[in-house]
Amino acid sequence: MPTYRPDRPGTHPDYDSPAYRSTALRHPTKPLHLLPQRLTEVTGPLFGADRVQPGDDDLTHWAGGEAVGQRIIVHGRVMDSGGRPVPDTLLEVWQANAGGRYRHPVDQWAAPLDPHFAGHGRTAADSDGHYRFTTIKPGAYPWKNHANAWRPAHIHFSLFGQAFTQRLVTQMYFPDDPLFFQDPIFNSVPDERGRARMVSAYDHDVTTDHWALGFRFDIVLRGREQTPFESEPDDD
Amino acid sequence: MTEFGATPSQTVGPFLSIGLVWADGAQVAAADTMGGIEIAGQVFDGAGEVVPDALIEIWQADPDGRFPHPDDPRGAVTYPGFRSFGRCATDATGHFSFHTLKPGRVDDEQAPHVDVTVLARGLLKHLVTRLYFPDETAANVADPVLATLAEDERARLVAVDIDGTLHFDIHLQGERETPFFTV
Ligand SMILES: [Fe+2]
Repeated sequence: MPTYRPDRPGTHPDYDSPAYRSTALRHPTKPLHLLPQRLTEVTGPLFGADRVQPGDDDLTHWAGGEAVGQRIIVHGRVMDSGGRPVPDTLLEVWQANAGGRYRHPVDQWAAPLDPHFAGHGRTAADSDGHYRFTTIKPGAYPWKNHANAWRPAHIHFSLFGQAFTQRLVTQMYFPDDPLFFQDPIFNSVPDERGRARMVSAYDHDVTTDHWALGFRFDIVLRGREQTPFESEPDDD
Repeated sequence: MTEFGATPSQTVGPFLSIGLVWADGAQVAAADTMGGIEIAGQVFDGAGEVVPDALIEIWQADPDGRFPHPDDPRGAVTYPGFRSFGRCATDATGHFSFHTLKPGRVDDEQAPHVDVTVLARGLLKHLVTRLYFPDETAANVADPVLATLAEDERARLVAVDIDGTLHFDIHLQGERETPFFTV
């Protein structure tokens, strides 16, 4: 039975991140218990192409028309921290429209809804972990966390990988966003290299003439222990 | 061996329902599968307020204690009408519910259990906990995971049977804080 090694310290945010105010009443206050990895933890749902319908990988068309904004192609590779590709796995994405507005009743930001942009998509990685979808670049949006608070443009990603231990929900950011410095969600990741891994790279090889700009976002899930029982698990 | 750093976790944010709600999400077992049970609960924050923007996911063995997964050393099996996985967003009053089957024992040591994942705005990384069954008193006493918890914490991981529905409330914080795990 495989086991999954812990990610390096500093990779993931602390639950208690005071700069992001919503954590205040939602973070656990007691130390986490160690759940040894047994069968339930090293297995997990193997969703892939079975959850994807034709067109789910193109967010730019909805309700009979074309979304406003900068058309982009987002692609990359899903792998584990040992460098093994994670094949055939489902990616679910959701995002704001070009003006930074979500199609959600709770979003009160005054930017207009786009009648042709729903803001959700799905795709599955291929047998080598590669994935690709087409969307529009989301806008930045204001929120009430602190004075003059703006979220940098981002796309939400959700992945299952191949085990309960590999579950990941993250956000993909865009290169050189001037809003990073004041964003407590981006900056909740302690390790600077970790923050850099959430930022996609402009990819001119995927940019398509007179069509769309390309961005590459590789996603790394927890890797398996190479030699089980040799290394000590530690708390993350 | 080269090690690649993992992609960091980020919150699902307040708008997760745009991307993560499935019409069939709460149906771990198809409605007409024999022996169905309901698991239901409510999510609360540290002020005792309900959490209307959380997503609960569950992962569990089938009634024979098996998984539809190749890393089950006994081999991957599919139990008819059963998916092992469920996903349910909380409603305006913080409620979630699943239609599932009671899992069998996956090995000789652990009591029947359901792994539970909690995602929400304000959670920068998902939380993990476990649900155990109230009609498994002897197995629960012998369970090696429950054994690592204090008495009052153990009790919080055992669902409560109210009129045939298994209730499992999740308290993110506070006096009744749910015991959470790192995996
Ligand atoms: Fe967002």
